[in-house]
Amino acid sequence: MITELRDIKMNTPNINEAETLLSIQDLHVWYELRRFGFGHAGYVKAVDGVSFKLEEGETVAVVGESGCGKSSLMKTILGLNIPTSGDVVFDGENLSGLKGNGLRHYRFKVGYVQQDPYGALPPFMNVQKILEEPLIISGMKNKEERLARIHKAMSEVKLHPVEDFLQKFPHMLSGGQQQRIVIARAMLREPKLIVADEPVSMLDASVRVEILKLLRALQESHGLSVIYITHDLSTVKYFSRRIFVMYAGNLIEKAETRHLLENPLHPYTHALLAATSDPDARNAETFKEVPPGEPPSLVNPPTGCRFHPRCPHFMAGLCDVKFPPDFEPEPGHFVACWLYQ
Amino acid sequence: MNVMSQKLLKIEDLVLHFKTRSGTVQAVDGVDFELDSNRAVVILGESGCGKSSLAKAILRLLPRNVQKYSGEVYLQGTDVMQFDEEQFRQNVRWAEISLVPQAAMNSLNPVIKVGDQVAEPAMVHLGIKKDEALGLARRMFQHVGVPEDFLERYPFELSGGMRQRVALAMALVTSPSLIVLDEPTSALDLLTQANIMNVLKRIKQELGTSFILITHDIATSSELADEVAIMYAGQIVEVGHARDFFPAPLHPYAQMLMASVPRLRSNSDPMFITGQPPSLIDLPTGCRFKARCPFRFDKCDREPPMFGKNGRKVKCWLYE
Repeated sequence: MITELRDIKMNTPNINEAETLLSIQDLHVWYELRRFGFGHAGYVKAVDGVSFKLEEGETVAVVGESGCGKSSLMKTILGLNIPTSGDVVFDGENLSGLKGNGLRHYRFKVGYVQQDPYGALPPFMNVQKILEEPLIISGMKNKEERLARIHKAMSEVKLHPVEDFLQKFPHMLSGGQQQRIVIARAMLREPKLIVADEPVSMLDASVRVEILKLLRALQESHGLSVIYITHDLSTVKYFSRRIFVMYAGNLIEKAETRHLLENPLHPYTHALLAATSDPDARNAETFKEVPPGEPPSLVNPPTGCRFHPRCPHFMAGLCDVKFPPDFEPEPGHFVACWLYQ
Repeated sequence: MNVMSQKLLKIEDLVLHFKTRSGTVQAVDGVDFELDSNRAVVILGESGCGKSSLAKAILRLLPRNVQKYSGEVYLQGTDVMQFDEEQFRQNVRWAEISLVPQAAMNSLNPVIKVGDQVAEPAMVHLGIKKDEALGLARRMFQHVGVPEDFLERYPFELSGGMRQRVALAMALVTSPSLIVLDEPTSALDLLTQANIMNVLKRIKQELGTSFILITHDIATSSELADEVAIMYAGQIVEVGHARDFFPAPLHPYAQMLMASVPRLRSNSDPMFITGQPPSLIDLPTGCRFKARCPFRFDKCDREPPMFGKNGRKVKCWLYE
């Protein structure tokens, strides 16, 4: 019943603005290519017309392969990229209007969990310095206050006892502990939104689940919104309420996790699910079905639907001509594919 | 001896210890296993359990700080540990066993055409002319699914998946009976991973090659595995057929490792293993998993031997 109500709320145009934390409208992030350093040579259309809304306390997963534009989307949300066109509205504030102090304050409200914890932690700083620095930058002058905040953040990520870790350098910690420090750092400023970029892909299987459960617990206890970026569909259902599937700069399917996994609509989503293995000895007896070819170049993406050269359901004269809009074959389940018009 | 010669590879009590400033790292500590021809064994373990060192020990690709390297490695019945370095290089490495190292796709020489790179081991190890070797390279490109005109390309012109296939073609070009793959798909995208696993399966069917697949990716490993070996803290703790192992692992570590795998097609809640694997410098006495094991009892303070059970082997006192 509750999910039904949510569905209705999501689909009515008069969404209560107070509940929408992040709203992205027709976002384009293009990088200019230059010839010989100055001549214009086209654009890399990394994000090309992405729109979605994220409610407060909601978790979504953005699933896609490397080069599909998910990192560009993430960096734009973090305020590290300037959108070519379109709007990113966070908590009622348009990101494009923010400069200097405004942008800095915005970044306090958005935490970032990097993919490679070892690369994300400066090797020459100990844990205390690593965690103190963002607090100093954000203007927390009192050292006691800073330490108290660090203690709180570290006990939230379950690094006990805190004192044992404060003086350690990143190389002295295991991968899981490093990732906890990264999460603690993202939580320091009490953000409203966490962007987690493949937070567990560099970790071992047994630690992976532990970190995902920790993120989940933090999300629930703080009412955080989380954007979880991943290529691993098998971890998504333990974590997110909705899934966005991204391909060549577009979100091609948006649905609640359960709907998407039980009833995938877009042919690309089908391919992703079919390629995901579960540990089973019978896998060795059959070949996997994989669509031919590779994701297109984002400089000159195919006309029409960008998946059409690889699609088993390609309809000549339609898919290669017109870009499919979002269709909604079942409530709350959006798919950009002509099969569902 | 007769039984032994039927096995493609038989390893007995293989030990590889490294000397470091802080002590001896017991990376491979008494590993036994066997492999028939045209079979694939998957060696599963977490980072730092010694699985890459095991690959190095089998191929005798040793760094300088080796403290102890001993044991027996029978290749088609011959103990190749008795070979000297030159004999080993001529008769074993590439000729019989080739290696696709970790991140092989990033280790191609950027200034040499990939065709020439694939042909090179054939020229060195088979002693054939370049034209002939390029012909072999072309055939291997067909096997791994790389278009033939890619022979003339440089590595930067290829995508990650294509470069991984080239690395595989390079390992295949001398037609070895065994290929050791160290994390062959870990840096690749989902669909590319599935493609590479398809290629490996096809090679196994068409060329009858055997594989040792070293990985931490349990779900993907099941795509190729005939047999599974679980490695923990320098030792193999369980070996068995894939069809027995995946539904019901025996060793507590293997059980917990399998329970930690998130699954797409079932709703089980994945668990995690508390604690950390022991340091390979300072190993506990007795069973090495006992500190994290929920079934621990007094016997665990003594080191368990490999117990056999219905054709499966497990290093745990529970199966005495």
